[in-house]
This record gives sequence, C-alpha cells and structure tokens, in this order.
Amino acid sequence: MDSKEEPNELPILENPDHPDLAEVDGVVPVPPTLPVESASATEELLVANQEEERISIASNWTLVWWRFRKNKLAVLSGLILIFLVIIVLVPEFFATMDPEDTDARLAFIPIQSVHWIDEGRLKPWVPGVVGKRDPVTLKMIWTVDESEKVYIKLFAEGYSYKILGLIDSNLHLIGAADPEQAGKVFLLGTDRLGRDQWSRLAYATRISMTIGMISVGVSIVLGLILGGISGYFGGWPDMVIQRLIELLQSLPTIPIWLALTAALPRTWSPEKVFFAITIILALRGWTTLAREVRGRFLSLREEDFVLAAELAGCSQARIILVHMIPTFTSHIIATSTLAIPVMIVTETSLSFLGLGLRPPAISWGVMLQEAQNIQTLALAPWLLLPGVVVIVAVLVFNLVGDGLRDAADPYSN
Amino acid sequence: MSDAIEPAGVARQPSVKPAVHRQSSSTPLLLEVKGLKKYFPIHKGLMRKVVNQVRAVDDITFFVREGETLGLVGESGCGKTTASRCILRAFPATSGEILFREADGRVTDLAKLDRPGLRRFRPQMQMIFQDPFGSLNPRMTIFDIVGEPMYVNGLKNRTERTDRVAELLKLVGLRPEFMRRYPHAFSGGQRQRIGIARALALNPRMVVADEPVSALDVSVQAQVLNLMLDLQEKLQLTYLFVAHDLSVVKHISDRVCVMYVGKIVEMAATEELFYAPYHPYTAALMMAVPVPDPSKRHIIQDLPGEVASPANPPSGCYFHPRCEYAQEICRTQTPELRELSPDHFVSCHRAEELKLAGIK
Amino acid sequence: MPIEPIPANKITHQLDINSSPSWIDEPLLRVEDLKAYFFMDEGTVKAVDGVSFNVYPGKVIGIVGESGCGKSVTMKAILRILERSAKIVSGKVTLRRRINSDDPNSLEELIELTSQHPNSKIMRKIRGAEIALIPQEPMAAFSPVHTVGNQIMETILLHQDVSKQEARKIAIEVFRSVGISMPEQRIDSYSWELSGGLRQRAIIAMALSCNPRLLIADEPTTAIDVTTQAQILKLLRGLQEERQTSIIFITHDLGVIAQMADEVVVMYLGMVMEKASVNTIFKHAQHPYTQALLRSIPSMQSESRVKLPTIAGSIAHPFNRPKGCPFHPRCGHFMQGVCNAEQPKLVEIGDEHYVSCFLYSNETISSASPLTEKNT
Repeated sequence: MDSKEEPNELPILENPDHPDLAEVDGVVPVPPTLPVESASATEELLVANQEEERISIASNWTLVWWRFRKNKLAVLSGLILIFLVIIVLVPEFFATMDPEDTDARLAFIPIQSVHWIDEGRLKPWVPGVVGKRDPVTLKMIWTVDESEKVYIKLFAEGYSYKILGLIDSNLHLIGAADPEQAGKVFLLGTDRLGRDQWSRLAYATRISMTIGMISVGVSIVLGLILGGISGYFGGWPDMVIQRLIELLQSLPTIPIWLALTAALPRTWSPEKVFFAITIILALRGWTTLAREVRGRFLSLREEDFVLAAELAGCSQARIILVHMIPTFTSHIIATSTLAIPVMIVTETSLSFLGLGLRPPAISWGVMLQEAQNIQTLALAPWLLLPGVVVIVAVLVFNLVGDGLRDAADPYSN
Repeated sequence: MSDAIEPAGVARQPSVKPAVHRQSSSTPLLLEVKGLKKYFPIHKGLMRKVVNQVRAVDDITFFVREGETLGLVGESGCGKTTASRCILRAFPATSGEILFREADGRVTDLAKLDRPGLRRFRPQMQMIFQDPFGSLNPRMTIFDIVGEPMYVNGLKNRTERTDRVAELLKLVGLRPEFMRRYPHAFSGGQRQRIGIARALALNPRMVVADEPVSALDVSVQAQVLNLMLDLQEKLQLTYLFVAHDLSVVKHISDRVCVMYVGKIVEMAATEELFYAPYHPYTAALMMAVPVPDPSKRHIIQDLPGEVASPANPPSGCYFHPRCEYAQEICRTQTPELRELSPDHFVSCHRAEELKLAGIK
Repeated sequence: MPIEPIPANKITHQLDINSSPSWIDEPLLRVEDLKAYFFMDEGTVKAVDGVSFNVYPGKVIGIVGESGCGKSVTMKAILRILERSAKIVSGKVTLRRRINSDDPNSLEELIELTSQHPNSKIMRKIRGAEIALIPQEPMAAFSPVHTVGNQIMETILLHQDVSKQEARKIAIEVFRSVGISMPEQRIDSYSWELSGGLRQRAIIAMALSCNPRLLIADEPTTAIDVTTQAQILKLLRGLQEERQTSIIFITHDLGVIAQMADEVVVMYLGMVMEKASVNTIFKHAQHPYTQALLRSIPSMQSESRVKLPTIAGSIAHPFNRPKGCPFHPRCGHFMQGVCNAEQPKLVEIGDEHYVSCFLYSNETISSASPLTEKNT
C-alpha cells in the first residue's frame, strides 16, 4: 500500500455509494458549463453510514476491545481471570469451612467423591468419613462410611463472615445441607492438621493473587514516575535513574530475594510480612517498566502533537498526564498483565521454601509447603492441587496479557 | 468563494488581490528577527564534551509585515524548520532577537523570555504542522484537540467551547458533528484542516505553517492552500510559510526568503524574486524545479555538488563550492545580507554584476 | 463470482518467435488487464483492478497517481514480489527476455511473468538482470551492515559469470558511470556514510549493474532535495539515452513526468484513467481526473495567490471503492446511472491516446464532445 497512508488505518468515511448522495450538492450531475461546489461543501454534506460512524467515534480503548474480542482464547482466559478475581474479593463465599479449623483427627482425609443421585433424585451427597487409628502402626485409617450421608447443596449456610470486611453474611457457594454437618464436607481433602483444603485454597487465592497484583501496581507507579522523570527531563536525573536501574538489574535476583525475606523478623505479623514481601518484589520489578516508559517519553517528546500542546500553553504536568501517558497506557496494562504471573510464581516459590509468607498466612506457596516430602506426597497427593491452580492462574494471566498486547499494538499484523 | 473546477473557456478569476499591492512599506511589522542563531552542540566521548556545533540557524535577519505571507524556502539542512520553531519559542535561541508586536503596539523580544513570560504570547502565535498523522493526539477526540487551547487559556465552560469548536470546524470546511470523532477516522487532508482549526482556536495574529501540504496528495494540496488563502483574508492572519516546494511557496507568498545552510541568501517580493533573482542559488533552485510542460525539457539544469552540511559549512560564502560565479572573495569572506534594491535583499558579493535568469 | 488466484504451478509459456518479423513491434513488457487484490480480515482491497499498458524498448513510461492508485502494487505484481496477503487474480504480464543476459545480441523469448512462481529460478534470474528496481527509500534499500560495494557485487555475481575481482571492477565502473566521484574509495563505504544524493546514485548503480533492459523507478526522487533531484533526473535521462534502457517511472510529481516520460499512464484507485504520449497528456488531456489534476497543481508559471481549482472531496479508501467509475464521486461530469453503474473500459480516442471514461464510450460518444481545452 502506498506510503502516504498510515498502515492499518481504518477506512475513511466518505461513502460515495450512499443512496442519499444523489441529493447532495456537489455531486448532482451538472452540465459542464456550471461550476461544481467546493471541496469543503462536499465534505460537509457527505453522509456516513452507521457502521463508519461507529468506528469513527470509537476511542482507542473501544478499538482495543474489538480487537481483543476476536482472540477467543484470550477472551476465555479473561473470563477465568474474572472468576479468580471474584474469589479474591469474597473467598469466604467459596469456602466451606473456616480454613484455620484444625482437627488432628481429621488429618489427611482424601478427596471425597461426590455422589449425585440419592434415592432416584438429584441430591448430591458425600459419604461421611470415620477415622480410626490403627493400634499397631498408629496410623490413621479412614474408612468411608457410606451409611452416613452428608448432603451438600448450593448456597448453603455456614460459618458467618463479613463480605469485604463490611457486610455480614453466612452464605456459601457449597456447603452441607444440614448446618450441623458443616464440619464434614471436605471437597478437596484435608492436610496433616485436618484443615479443609478447598476452603484454604479459596483464601490462598486471595493472598497470592493480591500479592502479585499489588506488587505490580507498585512497580507501575515507581516505573512511571521514575521512567517519566528520566525520559521527560533528561539530563542528570536521567543519568542517575538509569545507573540505578542498571545497578538493580545487575543484582542476582534469587539471592537478593532470599536474603531480604530471610531478614524479615520472625516476630512480624503475617500482614506486615505480606506488605514487606510485596515491596521487596516490586523493588526489582519497576526497572523494566521504567526503561520502557523512558523510551516512550523520549520519542513522544519529539511528536508534533506534544509541541502543539506546548504552544497552546499547556503546563508540563498536563502534557505528561493528558498527552503522553494515555498514548501508552494500553501498552503498560498489557505488559503489567504479563508481569503479574512472574510475581505470583516468585511469591509461591519463596513461600514454598519457607522464606516468604509463613503460616498462619495462607497462600499457594504456603499450602505447597505441606507437600514437600515424599512421604506426604505418597500419602496425600491431593496436597499438590494448589500447584495446578498456580499453573492455571499463570496461564490465564499470560494469555490475557498476550491478547491485550496484540490488541493494543496497531502494528502487530 | 467556491473553488470551481473551471470548465473549458472560463477564465480564472483571481479572488485574492495580486501580491505586489497588498502590503506597502508603511504596514507595521508584526515580527522582526535579528541575528537569530540556533546551534546544536555535538557531544562525543565519555565525558560528552562538545566537539562541534550544528549551525542550524546561522545569523538570520528578516521581518514579516502584518497581514502578509512570508515564504521561507530552502532545501534540507537549510534551517527553515528550526528557525520557524525557534521563532515560536519551542526551544530557546542561542542568540539573537525575536521582536513581536502585539495588538496594542507593544514590541517584546521573545528570545529573552522564560516559560512563564511566554504564556501571554502563546495565543498570539500558533503553528500548523507538516505531518497530518503525527500532529493530532490519536487518543483525543476532535473536540478535545481543537478545544484544548481554549480550555488551557481559561475557557472552562464546556458549552461555550463546544460552540466555538463547531464554529472553527465549519470555518475549515468540516461538519461540526465531526468533533465526536477520533483522528483515525479522517484522511490526511481532513486532519490537516483539523490542525488548522486548532491553530485558529485562540485567534492568533501569526500562524507559522511548517510544510503544511508536503505530506498531502496532490489533489488535496490545492484544497488546503485555498483554505489557507481564504482564512487569511477572513481573519487578517499573518503567515510564515515554510516549504521546500518552490511552486507552492510562489503560489501562496507575498514575499519570499530563500535559505541555504542556516543563512538567508535572498529576500524579496514573490514576483520579483521569481522573475529577477539576485542570488545564484535562487536562480539555480528555480532552474532545478521540473516544469510540468514537456516542451520545456531542456530547461532543467542541475547544480554540481551536494548541499553543504550545517555542521561543517564551507568558508566564506557557504554556497561558493557550488557556484559557477564564485571568485576569490567568495571563498574568504562571508557576504552580508544587504538591500540591493527597494525591499529586495541579497547576500552575495557579486549580486550587482550578475544578470541571472528567473522563470519566464 | 469467487475470486481465485492463478495457481503457481501453471506451465510457462515460452514462445520462440525470434525469427518472426513482428518481433520488432513487440513491446518489451506487456501488461494486460492485470488485477491484484489484497485479501485481508476486513475485506478485499482491489488494489489493482484491470491495468494495461505496454513498455517499448528504449522508452520511458511515466505512471502518475496519488495514494491508493495502485502504482506501487502494479510494480510489485510485475516483479512478483507482492506481500503474502496479496494475490494476482487475473491478467497477464509478458516480458521479452534475453536468454543470455550477458550477451547483448542474445536470442530472446517471450515469457509470461504471471505464470511463474515468485520464488522460481527464472524469476530470480529476471529480477536484477532483466528488470531492476530503483526503490523509493535509498536508505532502507541498503543493508547497514554491508558496504555498498559488497551489495552491488552480490548482484553482479548472482547474474554474471565473473570472478570476484572482475565483479569489483564492474562495480567500480558502474559507480563511475553514475557520477560518483572517487569510486574506488566509495565502493567500500557503508550506505549511512553516504549523503542522500550519493546514496541515490549508488542505488541506481546497483540497479544498472547487470545491464537490465527495463528499470522500474519507484518514486526515486521523492525523498531528496530539489537540486539533487535535478542531478538524478539528468543522470537517469543520460543513462537511458546511452543504454536505451526502458524505464517505468512511478511518481506523483507531474513536473518530473513532464521532464522524463515519453508516455504517461494516469492511475486512480487501481484503474487506468488515461494513457497517452506525454505531450498529449499535458496539452490535450481528456479524462476529467487528468484535467482536474493538471489544473490543481501550483506551478511557478501561474499567478500567485490565486485560488487553485480543486477536485472536490478526497480519495476514497480502497476498502470503500465507489461502484462503477472510481472517480465518479468527485467528477464534475458525473452522469447519474451511467458512471456509478459500471466500470468504464479503456477506449482509444486518438493516436495512441486511451481514456477510460463514459464521456467517450461508444454508447455516449455522439452526445458528449471531447473537451479540447489547452492545459498549461
């Protein structure tokens, strides 16, 4: 295509085939002796049809969304992601029991099989489990007692909680039909302390995902500010910040993380540790974004529309916030979405090693810590399920991020 | 005024008065540039020492009268774009004066002002850019783009702004409802009109047009040029028209300045410059432009050598290595810009003797 | 009617008619009703929709058009270097090819370029040795990590049976012939070390290095200064006269066309609007688009500050091509029911003068009289 037109530009709006055109001045057939209307009049009067109108008033985000929509895999991942976010917001709703409820007698219960039909009707139930300690080996032996039927239903009543810490509720997605039997539903089994894995998984999702999202959020803020200063002002702030970035990037990440997290005082509450972990992860994550932001600012500074804004009298703050940053927000969001899974895996790894979050905090890594030795794995392989969830979460973030990046980048074709 | 496609036999009616009589010497000057220099340092080495300067604009002096169009023409590296942006104070000048006269008659040297001091001048001088695709923020609607100058300068009321934006869009020949749209919906010529509307938003006294039609299709160039002529008459605008295309410059300017490697080599009224140039470079430029007339093929003449580099200009007269009339003095002394005949300036040692041919 | 591209494995047409007397009149390149479409997600773009012209030996044919007219796509289609999303849908391009490109007196054959696979040996032989391209952006056309000499020698070694030293000598000679001073040194420089004009000359040298009989110059002077452009145009004209090379000169600059071309093809939105000798086009253009185009360009000879006659509206996007004649929404002679119903065909209205306009079609030729105004 000719070099004068921008690549991948959407269609221009004159629709000469529009039926109204014949009525319009300037294109009415005129005998050659009369002058034809000026260019401006014709432009004024050409009618665009609805489809073109829709495209022409579409903001960049709308266009990104339309492109994103075409990527079915990304859309599906997006839906799963939304589901995960709902779990993050109200994990209690998804849990069946209090995740901290320990009961040594209920340790290592395997995943209960759900029976769907009871007495010919759809009435799901799980078998009750009775545990008895083998007197010789002192090992717990679980026998499934089919006679004891624990009925489960959707939207059952269970232990009470506050939605987002504000509204009281005791509704749960799944639970025992009879609130008295609430302590007997173990959809994903239990761990060595008898804690229900299903419920713990819901709570762990909240912690792990938020660590990832918050630390990326902090990285974005740091990256934008420092990268922006670097790119927009140049000079010695640029030099200082760039050397700092190089310094940080040259430090080996794993030893630094290990050192920092190991240095956290053991006496700190889980919340404090959570906060500290988030900051530690973010401290390294902002550098890549800062470099990209700096590059964008450097090139944007030369753009004509930025100069036009300056000549109109815009303040520097306005130019940065209104003109420069919006041109690459879609890119930032796309790259950040790809950075979150890295943070999640990092936190999971650290906690798995016992260096990140520690019990009583619950995260995927903390749950996986329970599955560290062969003996446990042989006895209770369901304890590895949090790993599956990690994989799923990382996958959907990556797919959504990829989809966003392709949708936001007009030259990806 | 309609831009008619004239059918056979109808003579072209001039709708704007011929250039020669538009301004007289008593018309006040809107802009006077004296000794303007803009050098860009070249850094090399670890300590980023300044090893050389690019003399983008190298001591130029000219003036623009109120209501006229001054064409600034030259090839790449001549400094015309740098000069135009410097005049608008997009960046500070290295030295020189930029004298601007306001409506009440006050004359201020823009070169001496800092950012806050320039604020009140911003509405009075605006720019039209070359690249229709890069000059509009792709994330903003037309309403935002054209309305922003007004918003930033105090017109916060949205209804008033909407009315004014509608007015401006109609003025440049676009439908007011286009203000809801984004730049990606428009062609190059339409975007250029939007850029013009934005430039006019604050009722400027002077508009600097930096190659406004170079990036447009041939058939669209004429539309935009006509529009600019129209607007100049309606709104009493003064244009500083920067271009490399001689035909376009001749078409729209009252007076023309020819630049070469950062210096002005000739400045005169359009007709005089084109029919009787004084400077060999001006004559050579005109000779080099291919004439759209196949019967005039033999006329095209080329100039030996390459355009000199502003980082390393020749000694004396910058043009001397390529000039067929060069003499010893041209190699040693840099000529000054002087008024050889009324309102016709040239910087050439041999201007009096040479009888140069212009266009026929 | 579904649009199908020509399958690439079609057998080559090789007409061995070098003994026939009608050879002399056979054009060097014959383009017949070429159609090339882009097949994209958003729809089909009919970038080239029925283009025909002939290039005779030793002649310069200028192709004029604005953005979207398909001039570059036509060239790419001829050379079979179209992008992947584009296909030649129908039409024929025939080249009079030298069987031995080294030998100026070699026998010739007629070969149908459109039937060849783009990557076939024969196409690669033709590119560079028979047809050479002077691209638009000289900077982009050179590799930044090889010297210009290296790249020219590569072309020479690909097409000619010479040693490396001989290739280097040939390259230096070619550099000299395009007016590059100190060719022995310049040949070892990188493209970014050369100034704009020198780079352009180097590109021309590369194109000429294997003595092609046809040069395609795609806007070769758009990116350079006016004085440099004059040098390059003079150079091209000199070389063309000396070697009797045919040139297809693509540009939007009517001044350059007037200076360089023998014949002119005016294109608009993928179709040929008018085709005639250069004098006819400039003095007696008949198509409304050509006339309007000629009138709307500012020229130094015309009066200053007088409003130019313009063409109403703007060029339609190739996605939204108007039905019928592509120019009709902007045409002052639009005839309702005629111009927007069908596409007009190229009709011969004078000596080698073709127009594609319903004003001159046989059906309406009696009522409308051709406009005979003199264009400046």
